[in-house]
Parts: sequence; structure tokens; C-alpha cells
Amino acid sequence: METNQTPQQRIGVYVCHCGSNIAGVVDVEDVAKWAAEKLGHRGVVIARDYKFMCSSLGQELIEKDIKELGLTRVVVAACSPHLHEQTFRTACKRAGLNPYLCELVSIREQDSWVHTDRAAATVKAKAIVSGGVERVTFHEALEPLRVPIHPDSLVVGGGIAGIQAALEIADAGYHVFLVEREPSIGGHMAQFDKTFPTLDCAACILTPKMVSVGFHPNITMLTWAEVTHVEGFVGNFTVTVKQKPRSVSTSLCTGCGICQEKCPKKVVDEVYEAGLGFRKAIYTPFPQAVPKYPVIDRENCTFYLKGTCKACEKFCPTGAIDFNQKEEFIQLQVGNIILATGYDLFDARRISEYGFGRLANVFTSLEFERMTNAAGPTNGNIVLRDGVTVPKSVAIVHCVGSRNKNYNNYCSSICCMQSLKFAHLVEERTGAEVYNFYIDMRTPAKAYDEFYQRLLEEGTHFVRGRVAEITDAARRPGEEGKLIIQAEDTLIGKQRRIPVDMVVLSAALEPRHDHKETAHLFGLSCSSDGWMIERHPKLDPVATMTEGIFIAGCVQGPKDIPASVSQGAAAAARVLGKIQQKEIALEPIRATVDQDRCSGCRICNNLCPFNAIIFHADRMVSEINPALCQGCGTCVAACPAGAISGTGFSNEQILAQLDGLLLHNIQQLSAIP
Amino acid sequence: MSEQFEPVIIGFTCNWCSYRAADLAGTSRIKYPPNVRLIRLMCSGRLDPTFVIKALAGGADGVLITGCHPGECHYLDQNYKAMRRYLLLRRTLVQMGIEPQRVKLVWASAAEGARLANEITKLVEEIRLLGPLNWPTSTNGKVELIESMEVPA
Repeated sequence: METNQTPQQRIGVYVCHCGSNIAGVVDVEDVAKWAAEKLGHRGVVIARDYKFMCSSLGQELIEKDIKELGLTRVVVAACSPHLHEQTFRTACKRAGLNPYLCELVSIREQDSWVHTDRAAATVKAKAIVSGGVERVTFHEALEPLRVPIHPDSLVVGGGIAGIQAALEIADAGYHVFLVEREPSIGGHMAQFDKTFPTLDCAACILTPKMVSVGFHPNITMLTWAEVTHVEGFVGNFTVTVKQKPRSVSTSLCTGCGICQEKCPKKVVDEVYEAGLGFRKAIYTPFPQAVPKYPVIDRENCTFYLKGTCKACEKFCPTGAIDFNQKEEFIQLQVGNIILATGYDLFDARRISEYGFGRLANVFTSLEFERMTNAAGPTNGNIVLRDGVTVPKSVAIVHCVGSRNKNYNNYCSSICCMQSLKFAHLVEERTGAEVYNFYIDMRTPAKAYDEFYQRLLEEGTHFVRGRVAEITDAARRPGEEGKLIIQAEDTLIGKQRRIPVDMVVLSAALEPRHDHKETAHLFGLSCSSDGWMIERHPKLDPVATMTEGIFIAGCVQGPKDIPASVSQGAAAAARVLGKIQQKEIALEPIRATVDQDRCSGCRICNNLCPFNAIIFHADRMVSEINPALCQGCGTCVAACPAGAISGTGFSNEQILAQLDGLLLHNIQQLSAIP
Repeated sequence: MSEQFEPVIIGFTCNWCSYRAADLAGTSRIKYPPNVRLIRLMCSGRLDPTFVIKALAGGADGVLITGCHPGECHYLDQNYKAMRRYLLLRRTLVQMGIEPQRVKLVWASAAEGARLANEITKLVEEIRLLGPLNWPTSTNGKVELIESMEVPA
């Protein structure tokens, strides 16, 4: 449509075979030949196909053509721009062409991989190439926007992944804010007794790290706090953190613990003790808590409920109790954010046939972790719900809520090893018979399978089959007073009923219950399961599609401690890389107002969610602040005067691509005699 | 195959969700009909309704508009603006004598490759039933008419 106004460009078209990924379905040679023949009048001076355009040879091909043929525009028809846009832009840059004069169009993800009809897929590939050729004509030479990176970082979540990330960044000499929702950092790992496969004591390896966090001059811990608002973009985030009132002055408290001793109110600890033990209304979750300052649980504290008591205040030797503390909102300026918010345990009550919550001696994995912990509610003794009886037989059920279409399709990845660890602990501490009910045994990491071999030798019984039911209804002699596991043993092809005293359910790891709010808060997307989506599942597992926000640990998907630690460190390395660059190049996709065409109607003013549009009342024109503009283009679409243009996605570019996709350019050729 | 009407559909996708969903459909090798050709925008909020009308005027038989689910917009809430424009656009289409079903708005998150593929398949079937749009410009006299539709500055 706008053909007449465009200066003739010298365009090179490069069609990638991607091995057989594209060439297997699309006739790539034909596409290249067609582009050279039919799009010559649109500026295509060369069209080539090549096995792997992204290989160094493929890139050199482009570079050579740019130099020898004087190409002014490059179109690569290959994979998704999310994969290789940068590769080809860099190649253009090396050859002296502005990188933004290159367009990568996808004929793989959107063509060869989703279609089977060779003829139709080839036609579509031609249309896509044609769209790219028309679009690239209107590309402008751009320079990336350079913005400074604030050297401070934010880590959200004080579990092992967050702790590792915070320590790595802090040790490198940069400041970190570590925000944790609970009164202490430590996360799930602090609840465990032993860790597989080495059977290290979890506290012994975790608490030194927690202490380092607590004392680190470069770490500001904000516990009992939550992020409520995130604004800005990479390099310049403004984060609002809600500091819930501790009701304890951290400047006066010495962490002596007298208040917890004297507090008369006992509360079931649903978080740290997994409902198996008690804490006081003023509490630190566990003795090694970092920070050492307790919090008052206002929902359960007698003073807040009835207005009397104040036992803690009476006995506090330093007068640190402050019942009037209010919640505070703290604003942080950070350049990068690492999200390490972890997981929730699957609520085993949802599988009613397993009887958790109904049958006293069915425990969840987290309850069992607490039970085996020497500092836990049973002092590390494995006993039935009555608190004294030692079980003579224990069943451990794998995949509770995982690998089950009714609950979660995915494998929680840690349960096999965790169940093996449980089996070992039961055997070691009680000598009871142990039955593990598994679907498949998954022990893929270093020294994991050896641990499984060891368990086999220790005499644990392994029954391959999903448990159908756990019941206390005895049918046979010997079943009275027991829990009976009904399961098909798929290795012998028989139904089995195994009476036991205690059952441990290895419950699935699930995304946090508030994962959607978290995703929205930080501008991330979740998979259909609810785990945060990484930039690339293999090559970029800790980055996200939002620049400057990284993910580590179970927030990205179920994983064990070594993997969480690795991701924490990896995310920290990525953040440090950004900080070291001091500034970052951003895509120059921004909107601008042509002041001469702006009529001052102000329609655009309210459309911008980032308040990037300023109205100059004196001149009656609007202007866009490029530092705040994120480039969504909503104002461009809305401007009735066509005064706003969007770099990279201008009307001309989009309409030209549309024209190309509909093959108007070809029709024009046939119209020309 | 030659007997069957093969519609041409232009799909506008959001860079952050539905374009990634299309990528995911690709990497997962989920099949859908080859009638749809995608244009990437940064956000569904970028979609000027003129683009849709120009697509229809230019020979497309249908248009698919895709964006992030409400509440999940990468730019906070711009997809709501796309939705508002979409509803107005449908009314305009009716006034122009075009079946509003030819233009469809679909929300697809980056994880919903299968959903996007499914929606594309459905839309192709629906448009196939409606038949070709045959907008006058798509066969002849295209240049004049399209230019007359330019938004006056």
C-alpha cells in the first residue's frame, strides 16, 4: 500500500533448513528461489537457503553478502525470534549493518513444526518470508537504550535457594535485601532432620549459612515481611515491602527467649511443625532462627484478643515488647530481583481414600520430617499419633498428589529419594518393617541410585504399584487395629493388603497457593501447573521473560536441595553479571509523540499504566518519557491523530507485514505489465 | 483438498504470551491447520482496530486477536483495552455487513500452546463454514479503496 514512498532497499533473504526441522516439511529451496524471483521488485537482491543459518558458517554467509552485495536489510526465515534474533542481529552488526535492520521470521515453530502438508506449509513459509521482506523495509537503524543498573538487589524468599543467592551476591560485595514472609529465614530445609543421600543433618549444614546471612554486612534481612508492589524495570525497580508488626523492638530484644517461656498461650504450629507440635503466641519458629527476634502472633495472643495478659512484657528484661507497633511500608530501590519463594506441600486431605486427617496414624512427609527431627515435637522419636507407641511396621507411599491426573501430572522429583530416606530412618530408629509403595523409582542424581541400592540391601520392602486405599476396616485376621494398604503389586500382578501401624504419605510439591498473585506482582507467567516460566527451559532456566527478574529453587519447578542451591547461585551470577556491566542495553521499543501532529486531546494520557505520558498544558501537547515507557504500544493504537509512533512496531511496519503476508506485493507485480 | 475452501487468517499475537504459546505449540509439535499467519505485536493493546479492517480488506477471511489472560498482562492491564476495542470493533463490523464471527479474541498464556492450537483449529473451521469474505478490494480496485480508509491525520 505504501509501496511508493519507500526507498528501494537491498534485501537479503536467508532461509534455514534447520537440519530437517524445517526442510523436512517446508520446501526451503523453493521458498528461497521464490523469494528471489517474486520479491525482486520489492528489493530482494539475494535469497539463499542453508542447512543451519545460526551456525558460524551460516552467519558468515550473511556477513559476506552484506559486505559484498551492499545489503541494507536482512530477513532470516528460521526459528522463533525469541531464540535467535540476537544471533542474527549480532551477525549484521559484525558486518557493519545496524542490528535492528534485520528481521527474523519464524517458519519453524509457526510452520514446519505445526503443519504436515508440505505444499501448504511451503505456501505459508513464502507468505511469512514475504511479510518479513515488507516489514524489514520499514525498519529503522536503532541504538539500544542504555539504562544504569542499581547495584542493590532484592531476593524474595529466605529458603535455601534465596539464602544461597543472597550470600553469593553479598560476598561479591554488593548489597542485598532478603525478604521473608515468616519470622525466620531457613524455609523448608530448616524443618528437615536429615538430607538425602548423604544423611547430613539439615540444620548442621543450613544454620551456618543462615548465621552468615544474619551477620553479613551486605545483607539487609526483612523477615515477617512481604513484597506488596513492584514498579519499574531492569536496573531500576522500586519495590514496596510490607513489614508486618513484630510487636517486638528489634533494637532492644536480645533474643533471650524468656518471653516465649513465660507466654501462657500455646498454639498449634501449622507452619514450622507442620501441625504436629506447638509454639507460643510469641515465638521464634525454632531455636536457631535468624533473626533471633520473636514475633507476636496477634491472632492468637491473649492481649490482642482480650486486652489482658502482657506476660511477655512483664518478664522481658530489656523492655523490648511493643504492643503498639504498626505495620510499615518500606520502599527499596533495586536493580535486579531474584524470586525464590519455594513451594507448598500438597494437601493430602484431598485424596480422601488415603485417610490423612481421618485416620490418626497417616502422616504427611513434612509431619514425618518434624517427627524425625531431634528438635521436633517428639524429640526425634518415630511414634504413632499417641506420642508413645513405636510402630512395628510402616508404609511409605510415593507420588501422593504427583503423577496423578486428578491432582498434578508432574513428578515432584524429590519424593522417591525422600521416601528412601524415611525408610532408612525408620529402620535405623525403630527396626520396624518398612514397605515402600512406588510407581517408578526415580533416583537419577549423583549418589542417589547408590542410596537406593543400599536401602534394598537394608531389607526395605518395595512394592511397585499405586496405593488404591488406606483403611482401618479389618477384613482378615491380623488386620485388626492396623491400617491396611490396598495396592496392586504390578510386578507379581496381584492385589495385596498389607497391614501396618503407620503410614507416611510422600506428598507432592505444589506451587505456592498465592503463585498467581506473585506472578502478577512481578510480571511473570506461570505454567499451567503454576510454576514460574523460565526464559528457556534448557538454556536459560533462571532468567524470566521479564528482564531483571530471576527465579531460583522450587518456584521454577520441584527440585531437591542441590538443584535449589545451584539455581540460587546461578541466579546470583546472572545478577552480578548485570551489576558488573553497570548499565544495560534495552530494546529500543518505545513510543514517541510527534509534537506537531498532537492535538492535545489527551486520549492517550490515561491509557498508560506506567504514567509515562506527560501532558504539557502550556503547549497543549502530550509527551512520552522514554525512561518510563515500556513499549506496549497501546497509546500508538489509540491516538486518533496518528501522532504517536512506536519504534520497532510502527504502523508502517505492521501494515507492510500484513500486506506481505497477504501477498499483495506479488499481486502488484502481476498488475505491473 | 482443492475442493475445500481454504481461508486465509491473520493472527495478531502478543510478544509475551500468545506468541510464546505459538512457539510452544511448535516445540511440542502440536498440529493445527496452516491457514493462519501470525503478526507479532508487543501487546494486544498495540492492536489498532484499523489493522483488523485492513487485513479483512486486504484479502484475509478472518482475524485472530490473541493476548494474555485478563489480569496477566505483561503491561499490567493493556489487554483490557484490547478487549474494549474488540467489542467496539465487532459492532463496527456488523454495521459494515461483515459477520463478526470472522474476528475472534482469544486469551492464551505462554503455557497454553495446546489451547492456542485448538482455538486456531476451531476458528479455521468456523471461517470455512462462513465461506470467503470476498471484500470488494480483495479482488479488484484494491489500492483506491484501501487508501480511502486511511485515518485522516
